[in-house]
Amino acid sequence: MARDKTDVAESTTPKSAVKAQPQPITLMSVVAPAVGWLIPGGGHLIQKRWGRGLLLMLSVVAMFVLGVLMQGKVYAFNTGDILDILGFVGDLGAGGLYIVARALDIGRGAIDLATADYGTKYIIVSGLLNIISAVDAHDIAIGKKK
Amino acid sequence: MTLSHFTAALVFAFFASIVFGITQRNEQREMVKYGAKCFVFFVIGTIAAGWAMWLLRH
Repeated sequence: MARDKTDVAESTTPKSAVKAQPQPITLMSVVAPAVGWLIPGGGHLIQKRWGRGLLLMLSVVAMFVLGVLMQGKVYAFNTGDILDILGFVGDLGAGGLYIVARALDIGRGAIDLATADYGTKYIIVSGLLNIISAVDAHDIAIGKKK
Repeated sequence: MTLSHFTAALVFAFFASIVFGITQRNEQREMVKYGAKCFVFFVIGTIAAGWAMWLLRH
Protein backbone atom coordinates (compact mmCIF):
# COMPACT_ATOMS: atom_id res chain seq x y z
CA MET A 1 0.00 0.00 0.00
CA ALA A 2 2.82 2.33 0.93
CA ARG A 3 4.42 1.48 -2.37
CA ASP A 4 1.24 2.47 -4.22
CA LYS A 5 1.29 5.84 -2.51
CA THR A 6 4.89 6.34 -3.57
CA ASP A 7 4.02 5.46 -7.16
CA VAL A 8 1.16 7.96 -7.13
CA ALA A 9 3.41 10.61 -5.64
CA GLU A 10 6.00 10.00 -8.33
CA SER A 11 3.49 10.03 -11.14
CA THR A 12 1.95 13.31 -10.00
CA THR A 13 5.27 15.12 -9.65
CA PRO A 14 5.33 17.94 -12.20
CA LYS A 15 7.75 17.25 -15.01
CA SER A 16 9.39 20.62 -14.46
CA ALA A 17 10.31 19.53 -10.92
CA VAL A 18 12.20 16.46 -12.14
CA LYS A 19 13.88 18.31 -14.97
CA ALA A 20 17.63 17.66 -15.10
CA GLN A 21 19.71 20.19 -13.26
CA PRO A 22 22.06 22.29 -15.40
CA GLN A 23 25.43 20.63 -15.53
CA PRO A 24 28.52 22.56 -14.42
CA ILE A 25 31.01 23.34 -17.14
CA THR A 26 34.15 21.34 -16.49
CA LEU A 27 37.40 21.25 -18.40
CA MET A 28 36.60 17.76 -19.66
CA SER A 29 33.15 18.82 -20.91
CA VAL A 30 34.90 21.27 -23.25
CA VAL A 31 38.01 19.27 -24.11
CA ALA A 32 36.30 15.92 -24.78
CA PRO A 33 34.04 17.07 -27.65
CA ALA A 34 36.85 19.20 -29.12
CA VAL A 35 39.28 16.26 -29.11
CA GLY A 36 36.48 13.99 -30.33
CA TRP A 37 35.90 16.28 -33.29
CA LEU A 38 39.59 16.63 -34.12
CA ILE A 39 40.40 12.92 -33.67
CA PRO A 40 37.45 10.60 -34.26
CA GLY A 41 36.84 8.60 -31.07
CA GLY A 42 39.40 10.72 -29.21
CA GLY A 43 36.78 12.22 -26.91
CA HIS A 44 35.97 8.74 -25.62
CA LEU A 45 39.58 7.64 -25.44
CA ILE A 46 40.63 10.52 -23.17
CA GLN A 47 37.80 9.50 -20.84
CA LYS A 48 39.10 5.93 -20.81
CA ARG A 49 36.23 4.49 -22.84
CA TRP A 50 38.73 2.48 -24.84
CA GLY A 51 36.42 0.04 -26.58
CA ARG A 52 33.87 2.62 -27.61
CA GLY A 53 36.55 5.10 -28.65
CA LEU A 54 38.36 2.60 -30.85
CA LEU A 55 35.14 1.41 -32.47
CA LEU A 56 34.06 4.98 -33.20
CA MET A 57 37.50 5.77 -34.57
CA LEU A 58 37.44 2.68 -36.77
CA SER A 59 33.98 3.47 -38.11
CA VAL A 60 34.53 7.15 -38.87
CA VAL A 61 38.05 6.75 -40.28
CA ALA A 62 37.05 3.71 -42.35
CA MET A 63 34.10 5.56 -43.87
CA PHE A 64 36.21 8.61 -44.66
CA VAL A 65 39.05 6.58 -46.19
CA LEU A 66 36.68 4.39 -48.19
CA GLY A 67 34.96 7.54 -49.45
CA VAL A 68 38.29 8.95 -50.62
CA LEU A 69 39.27 5.62 -52.21
CA MET A 70 35.96 5.62 -54.09
CA GLN A 71 37.05 8.98 -55.50
CA GLY A 72 34.49 10.91 -53.51
CA LYS A 73 34.59 14.67 -53.44
CA VAL A 74 35.90 16.61 -50.44
CA TYR A 75 34.07 19.93 -50.38
CA ALA A 76 35.90 23.19 -49.80
CA PHE A 77 34.32 26.24 -48.18
CA ASN A 78 31.85 27.72 -50.63
CA THR A 79 28.89 30.06 -50.82
CA GLY A 80 27.29 28.61 -53.92
CA ASP A 81 24.70 25.88 -54.18
CA ILE A 82 22.97 24.94 -50.92
CA LEU A 83 23.89 21.27 -51.36
CA ASP A 84 27.54 22.22 -51.78
CA ILE A 85 27.37 24.30 -48.61
CA LEU A 86 25.79 21.41 -46.70
CA GLY A 87 28.39 19.07 -48.17
CA PHE A 88 31.11 21.30 -46.76
CA VAL A 89 29.43 21.38 -43.34
CA GLY A 90 29.17 17.58 -43.32
CA ASP A 91 32.78 17.13 -44.43
CA LEU A 92 34.00 19.59 -41.81
CA GLY A 93 32.53 17.35 -39.13
CA ALA A 94 35.30 14.83 -39.80
CA GLY A 95 37.69 17.26 -38.08
CA GLY A 96 41.30 16.22 -38.41
CA LEU A 97 40.56 13.89 -41.31
CA TYR A 98 39.07 16.78 -43.26
CA ILE A 99 41.99 19.06 -42.46
CA VAL A 100 44.49 16.40 -43.58
CA ALA A 101 42.49 15.66 -46.75
CA ARG A 102 42.39 19.33 -47.68
CA ALA A 103 46.07 19.82 -46.86
CA LEU A 104 47.02 16.87 -49.07
CA ASP A 105 44.66 18.08 -51.78
CA ILE A 106 42.72 14.81 -51.71
CA GLY A 107 39.25 14.42 -53.19
CA ARG A 108 39.29 17.30 -55.62
CA GLY A 109 39.41 15.32 -58.85
CA ALA A 110 36.61 15.19 -61.37
CA ILE A 111 34.08 12.49 -60.59
CA ASP A 112 34.25 9.92 -63.38
CA LEU A 113 32.85 6.83 -61.66
CA ALA A 114 29.23 6.04 -60.82
CA THR A 115 30.27 4.92 -57.33
CA ALA A 116 32.22 8.13 -56.74
CA ASP A 117 28.94 9.64 -55.65
CA TYR A 118 28.81 6.99 -52.93
CA GLY A 119 32.29 8.08 -51.94
CA THR A 120 31.13 11.67 -51.58
CA LYS A 121 28.27 10.54 -49.35
CA TYR A 122 30.60 8.33 -47.30
CA ILE A 123 32.82 11.34 -46.58
CA ILE A 124 29.90 13.58 -45.62
CA VAL A 125 28.32 10.93 -43.39
CA SER A 126 31.63 10.13 -41.69
CA GLY A 127 31.74 13.81 -40.70
CA LEU A 128 28.17 13.75 -39.41
CA LEU A 129 28.80 10.55 -37.45
CA ASN A 130 31.90 12.15 -35.96
CA ILE A 131 29.79 15.06 -34.72
CA ILE A 132 27.40 12.58 -33.05
CA SER A 133 30.43 10.91 -31.44
CA ALA A 134 31.75 14.24 -30.17
CA VAL A 135 28.36 15.07 -28.65
CA ASP A 136 28.34 11.64 -27.01
CA ALA A 137 31.79 12.34 -25.55
CA HIS A 138 30.38 15.58 -24.12
CA ASP A 139 27.45 13.67 -22.58
CA ILE A 140 29.89 11.30 -20.90
CA ALA A 141 31.98 14.21 -19.64
CA ILE A 142 29.02 15.91 -17.95
CA GLY A 143 27.81 12.64 -16.46
CA LYS A 144 24.66 12.42 -18.54
CA LYS A 145 25.86 9.08 -19.85
CA LYS A 146 28.04 6.38 -18.33
CA MET B 1 38.22 1.42 -55.69
CA THR B 2 34.88 0.28 -57.01
CA LEU B 3 32.12 -1.28 -54.94
CA SER B 4 28.76 -2.47 -56.19
CA HIS B 5 25.80 -0.38 -55.11
CA PHE B 6 24.61 -3.07 -52.70
CA THR B 7 28.05 -3.63 -51.18
CA ALA B 8 28.51 0.11 -50.73
CA ALA B 9 25.14 0.30 -48.98
CA LEU B 10 26.03 -2.65 -46.72
CA VAL B 11 29.39 -1.18 -45.72
CA PHE B 12 27.70 2.15 -45.06
CA ALA B 13 25.06 0.44 -42.92
CA PHE B 14 27.69 -1.49 -40.97
CA PHE B 15 29.73 1.52 -39.88
CA ALA B 16 26.76 3.83 -39.34
CA SER B 17 25.10 1.17 -37.15
CA ILE B 18 28.20 0.88 -34.96
CA VAL B 19 28.16 4.63 -34.29
CA PHE B 20 24.40 4.71 -33.73
CA GLY B 21 24.61 1.77 -31.32
CA ILE B 22 27.39 3.30 -29.23
CA THR B 23 26.02 6.83 -29.12
CA GLN B 24 22.30 6.22 -28.72
CA ARG B 25 22.28 3.72 -25.85
CA ASN B 26 23.78 3.61 -22.36
CA GLU B 27 24.34 -0.07 -21.59
CA GLN B 28 26.71 -2.25 -23.56
CA ARG B 29 24.11 -4.91 -24.20
CA GLU B 30 21.62 -2.29 -25.38
CA MET B 31 24.27 -0.79 -27.66
CA VAL B 32 24.81 -4.13 -29.40
CA LYS B 33 21.08 -4.72 -29.74
CA TYR B 34 20.37 -1.24 -31.07
CA GLY B 35 23.32 -1.40 -33.48
CA ALA B 36 22.14 -4.74 -34.83
CA LYS B 37 18.60 -3.41 -35.15
CA CYS B 38 19.82 -0.36 -37.09
CA PHE B 39 21.85 -2.57 -39.40
CA VAL B 40 18.86 -4.81 -40.13
CA PHE B 41 16.65 -1.78 -40.83
CA PHE B 42 19.30 -0.31 -43.13
CA VAL B 43 19.52 -3.56 -45.09
CA ILE B 44 15.75 -4.03 -45.28
CA GLY B 45 15.39 -0.39 -46.36
CA THR B 46 18.02 -0.85 -49.05
CA ILE B 47 16.35 -3.94 -50.46
CA ALA B 48 12.90 -2.31 -50.29
CA ALA B 49 14.19 0.83 -52.04
CA GLY B 50 15.82 -1.35 -54.70
CA TRP B 51 12.59 -3.17 -55.41
CA ALA B 52 10.63 0.09 -55.39
CA MET B 53 12.96 1.53 -58.01
CA TRP B 54 12.69 -1.66 -60.06
CA LEU B 55 8.88 -1.41 -59.95
CA LEU B 56 8.98 2.25 -60.97
CA ARG B 57 11.18 1.40 -63.93
CA HIS B 58 9.00 -1.48 -65.16
